[in-house]
Amino acid sequence: MDGLPILSIVTFVPLLGAFAMLALPAHNTALPKKLALITTLIGFAVSLPLVASFDSANTGMQFVESYDWVGAKDWGFMVSMGLDGISIWLVMLTTFLGPIVVLGAWTSVETRHKEFFFWVLALQTFMIGTFLATNLALFYVFWELMLIPMFFLIGVWGGDDRIYATVKFFIYTVIGSMLMLAAMFYLYTLHHAQFGTWSLQFADLMRLEMGLSVQTWLFLAFAVGFAVKVPMFPLHTWLPDAHVQAPTAGSVILAGVLLKMGAYGFLRLGMPLFPGAVAEWTTVFMALSVMGIVYGALVAMVQPDMKKLVAYSSVSHMGYIMLGIFSMNAQGVEGGVLQMLNHGISTGALFLLVGVIYERTHTRRIWDFGGLAKVMPVYTVVFLIVALSSAGLPGTNGFVGEFLTLLGAFQWATGAAADGAGFWTSYGLVAGAALGVILGAVYLLWMIERVFYGKVLVQKNLHLPDLSLREMAVFAPLLVMIFWMGLYPKPFIDTMEPTLTAWIADVEAGESRTAQLPPQLGAPGMQSWDAWEIETGASKQEWLVALPDRAAEDGATDGALLPEGVTR
Amino acid sequence: MHAEHSSLLAVVIALPLLGALFNGLTGRKLKNDTLVHSVALAAVAIPAVLAWVLFFQLAGMDEHGRALHQVLFPWIHVGSFQIDFGLWLDPLSAVMLLIITNVGALIHLYSIGYMKGDPSYYRYFAYLNLFIFAMLCLVLGDNLVVLFLGWEGVGLASYLLIGFWFEDRANAKAGKKAFITNRVGDFGFALGMFALYVLFGTLTPVGDGGINALIAANPNAFDSTWVEVAALLLFVGACGKSAQIPLYVWLPDAMAGPTPVSALIHAATMVTAGVYMIARLNGIFFHAEIASSVVLYVGAFTALFAATIGLVQNDIKKVLAYSTVSQLGFMFTAMGAGAYAIGVFHLMTHAFFKACLFLGSGSVIAAMHHEQDMRYYGGLRKFMPITHATFLAATLAIAGFPFMAGFMSKDEILWWAFASERGGTFAYVLVLLAAFCTAFYMFRIMWMTFWGEHRGAPEGHGHGHAEEAGHGHHDDPVADHHDEHSGPPKESPWTMTVPLVVLAALSVVGGFLSVPPIFTGHESIDFSLHHWLHPVLASSEVHIAQEYAHAGGLEWGLMALSVSVGLAAFLVALVLYRGKDKTYDFFAARLPRVHHLLWNKWFVDEIYEGGLIKPLVFFSREGLWRIVDEVVIDGIVNLVGEGGKITAIWVGKTHSGDLRASAGVMTLGLLLLMAAAMAFGILDVDFSALTELFGDSATDGAAMGGE
Amino acid sequence: MPLEHLLLFSFLLFSLGVAGVALRKNLLVVLMSVELMLNAVNLAFVGAARLIGGHDAHVMVLMIYVVAAVEVAIGMAIVVNMFRQKETISVDSFDAMRG
Repeated sequence: MDGLPILSIVTFVPLLGAFAMLALPAHNTALPKKLALITTLIGFAVSLPLVASFDSANTGMQFVESYDWVGAKDWGFMVSMGLDGISIWLVMLTTFLGPIVVLGAWTSVETRHKEFFFWVLALQTFMIGTFLATNLALFYVFWELMLIPMFFLIGVWGGDDRIYATVKFFIYTVIGSMLMLAAMFYLYTLHHAQFGTWSLQFADLMRLEMGLSVQTWLFLAFAVGFAVKVPMFPLHTWLPDAHVQAPTAGSVILAGVLLKMGAYGFLRLGMPLFPGAVAEWTTVFMALSVMGIVYGALVAMVQPDMKKLVAYSSVSHMGYIMLGIFSMNAQGVEGGVLQMLNHGISTGALFLLVGVIYERTHTRRIWDFGGLAKVMPVYTVVFLIVALSSAGLPGTNGFVGEFLTLLGAFQWATGAAADGAGFWTSYGLVAGAALGVILGAVYLLWMIERVFYGKVLVQKNLHLPDLSLREMAVFAPLLVMIFWMGLYPKPFIDTMEPTLTAWIADVEAGESRTAQLPPQLGAPGMQSWDAWEIETGASKQEWLVALPDRAAEDGATDGALLPEGVTR
Repeated sequence: MHAEHSSLLAVVIALPLLGALFNGLTGRKLKNDTLVHSVALAAVAIPAVLAWVLFFQLAGMDEHGRALHQVLFPWIHVGSFQIDFGLWLDPLSAVMLLIITNVGALIHLYSIGYMKGDPSYYRYFAYLNLFIFAMLCLVLGDNLVVLFLGWEGVGLASYLLIGFWFEDRANAKAGKKAFITNRVGDFGFALGMFALYVLFGTLTPVGDGGINALIAANPNAFDSTWVEVAALLLFVGACGKSAQIPLYVWLPDAMAGPTPVSALIHAATMVTAGVYMIARLNGIFFHAEIASSVVLYVGAFTALFAATIGLVQNDIKKVLAYSTVSQLGFMFTAMGAGAYAIGVFHLMTHAFFKACLFLGSGSVIAAMHHEQDMRYYGGLRKFMPITHATFLAATLAIAGFPFMAGFMSKDEILWWAFASERGGTFAYVLVLLAAFCTAFYMFRIMWMTFWGEHRGAPEGHGHGHAEEAGHGHHDDPVADHHDEHSGPPKESPWTMTVPLVVLAALSVVGGFLSVPPIFTGHESIDFSLHHWLHPVLASSEVHIAQEYAHAGGLEWGLMALSVSVGLAAFLVALVLYRGKDKTYDFFAARLPRVHHLLWNKWFVDEIYEGGLIKPLVFFSREGLWRIVDEVVIDGIVNLVGEGGKITAIWVGKTHSGDLRASAGVMTLGLLLLMAAAMAFGILDVDFSALTELFGDSATDGAAMGGE
Repeated sequence: MPLEHLLLFSFLLFSLGVAGVALRKNLLVVLMSVELMLNAVNLAFVGAARLIGGHDAHVMVLMIYVVAAVEVAIGMAIVVNMFRQKETISVDSFDAMRG
């Protein structure tokens, strides 16, 4: 495996397939999907060695590749990729869902098959690229590129209101990304000011010294961009429209992978780069997450359209993920990442299931159904299992993730209440999050009752065919994953644990480091220590020496800040 | 305590799971009912036998290490949170194991007769096996997470079985209600678990280093407020699963499921999970006095509250359902008073007589062609002697006839409610009244169903109500499992009567499994449940209050009081219901307002529906969705879009196509740019030369190249 | 001759040219006005040449004349074409770049 650019292969195989697709005759309906299936299966197969050769104990980047592609290395742009514990399962999720999406869309595309599968494959590449990028410019490029296939998938093959939905999705996301771009440029100049070279490598950016006020601005800029993608309340309203109007394959990819991008962004960039700001804003983000959980669930409950219901349930589930990530303890963070995988599988499956029924009846309105359990028993069983996984039934994957994130949040609350965030606020937030346990069951079971039980309300539904062999082939791997990750999640957890533990330690260390830096360091005009000294007239030496006194004023009791021998 | 390893435990839980999978996956294709029920029965009967084997193995062990342990596989290992899927058999779980498997096996046998001919036969048995598996996980789990897996698993099985005849929406609704109400309890349970983890660093209650051991060793090391909070949260979970106020509302609706399901799940096993949980975590509840009081009074109040509703219901299953809620209240009263072993004892006796009662009612319902309204019963003694005899035995047991099972356990509860350090007179009074009501409504059933004259249903009335939607609506009446659709009621087949007889026998003699100390002189006899459970409950000894500790006479007195209360109830029922041929109900006739209130279950469901559910749905739909999402957030978003459009149109007006305007704008722009450049210092125009030029004409003129 | 007179005159011519471009409707007149502007600038350069001395300003003047000649040739060709399209050379009629 040495020397083989495995990451590039994994990333670009789908794109190669896409280009090959262009060579196919136009208006052909059979070849594009077959080519797409073969490509995605190959894509999955080449990603398996990543798991096999992955060294869990290594908390840094593995399989690193670095190319000075356009000769812009000195200007900071390099094609550099790496894989670590955070991204490995996300990449695997993407390649795993690839063939499933293609197989799921086998019969539902009605026009322009070639273009459809072209975009699906291109999207695969862009998504994997985002997960693997270790250069901020490359990351940004892939980040924005992802929007293009999605734009077309929704805009061309979507529902009746697709133009509104896709434009909304595009603009919403781009505005967020613009802020991120601005922050990115600032980091670019900051690195040059502090180290003399132009670089956008993640590793280099982590070494930047930024005071709290700079961190706050930059963090919020990045956070807005990521929060739109998560989506966090209240920046979530693009999601229901996008999902409802998107074709099934689009929804599955959107829910399965694209939504993880936001959370991944926080994990990879937002939080490690700006740990001081994270500490300040944790409570706010926890509150937003809890609002997302409860709000998403409540609004899901009253939706008449099944797809919109699942879309809002996504908002609710992503709330759990953010809750776990911001709780900054092993159980919460690992639970959060697990939930990312779980959500991809369960919600992806739900969208596929809704797609099955939509293909047969061309309606997704709940009141158009009823009594389906008698007509399509196998479909009912699959739906029930997936729904229960979404609701976190123990034995399914959803439980492990949900339990861990809530436990993580509870532990956070214990710490936060002690640190002064207020008893009722912190525990109240946890209780609010736990309400998701009840509400999740409510909206899912109510939908199931209205759709599957009772009498068949619409005459022609009496003759609906049950799941075909192909459809079963789509759901079987998902069901296997649901139970595997629910009962034996050990391999998944063990692979990511060292990396995530190190991540938590890094962010916490970053927090205390930030406390030692002057807040203004990094601001325009004061980007390096020298500039800061010039601007403020103070001296770096004095600042560092005066740290313990300042810490005592602020009420910090961390003895690590005290030089040897000094007592209070 | 060092527990021995046992590999049998895995077999015990694996068999029902395999049975469920086999029937679930192949049942539809194979279409062989005999195979289905044979596999299902074996999947429970073999574990039942194994349960006895394990029990005797345990009994043979030394008291101080009386536990069998088996870790199956590592489940969730994250940081210091290490949870394995493990099984633990100690005296407490052994009792539960015996009950679940043996009563379960009897009910499986009964189901063969009851569900005969049902088109979804295989599905029923698959679900029933699944339930047994989940319930066993619950009681055998060595840590709270495995327990929770079982906890939710039985909730799932309950959901599936209550809504078994799902073609009637009402059944599906009842199943959903059960699951969701359970989930409300689970909300509390999960938070309680987190609190325990934060307090103790482990979620294993048993063994050295388990929660019970830790808190017993050093109670003061743990924040007592948090211990109370954890206990209360866990009790919320228990209220959901075990149908206490305010989360009991799902149990009566659960009667929509097949009657054997009601017997197994909603009487004997699942609903007792909350009681088991408290017994398992006795160390916590022992040290949480406030929470224990809450448990005591909620239990006592529920006991009475539910019993009052049962007084006037006409559906036989509903009466039994409310009776179950009430009896569970008795169990919690015991747990609250610190009498953990007694609560478990009542759990056991209740399993015997309540299962017997439910199965008996199923027998009656089947014989009466799915009629559940007792007003159409009467005089069934003549037609169904075995059912009658067993039902009578169980009735006497629950009413507290001396020396029958119910008497033994219920009396202990009453005594402890009154005399325990943690008891209270008020709680005692509540429970005593509940006992009165219990006996009353049970004998009411006897009079309306078995004694007196047969009334029967008028012609054309009801093949089943909404509660029990007649075994699926089949088009083919021949497929119905009763030989005739009309005709006098007949006794049920042996598959149904044998379990009845066994359970009735247990109801009679089961009490002797744990004879109350008062009869044996306050020394534990070897086979009393107190003694058996001692290793589990050792550090949670709650005592009788000082003033009553040696008041033997008082204990006898109270016992006599409760017996006479039962007798009084019998007499009252006799007076009110003997000889009443018509559907005469004392309450309906003489106390109409009371009747209205009780018959409508104190309008609790209506209060929940109108006060909680409807407003929440309305708020979510109109408030959150329509207003917040669509008007506010999307409003802003669309405003941005609209704003962009409007700005574009307005600015676009400059593109008039008019050349001159374009030229003018260009010039203007250029001038502005220049001005700006000059102002910002980018363009340095040295005006000094100009002023020189225009200022001093004479000199310039000369400088211009002399004339 | 005082330089300022020359510059003032140049400025006046330039303004006339600008006014012509902005206000006249006839495309040919607009072209002529543009020529006027160019010539006005040329004038200013000539004055500057006298002031500063050296060759640079003279070179500028010649360059501007060349550019003006070329521009007129092409401009006239465009005007003729525009006339062929629209049968008129009123500036107002050419609004295809609206919006």
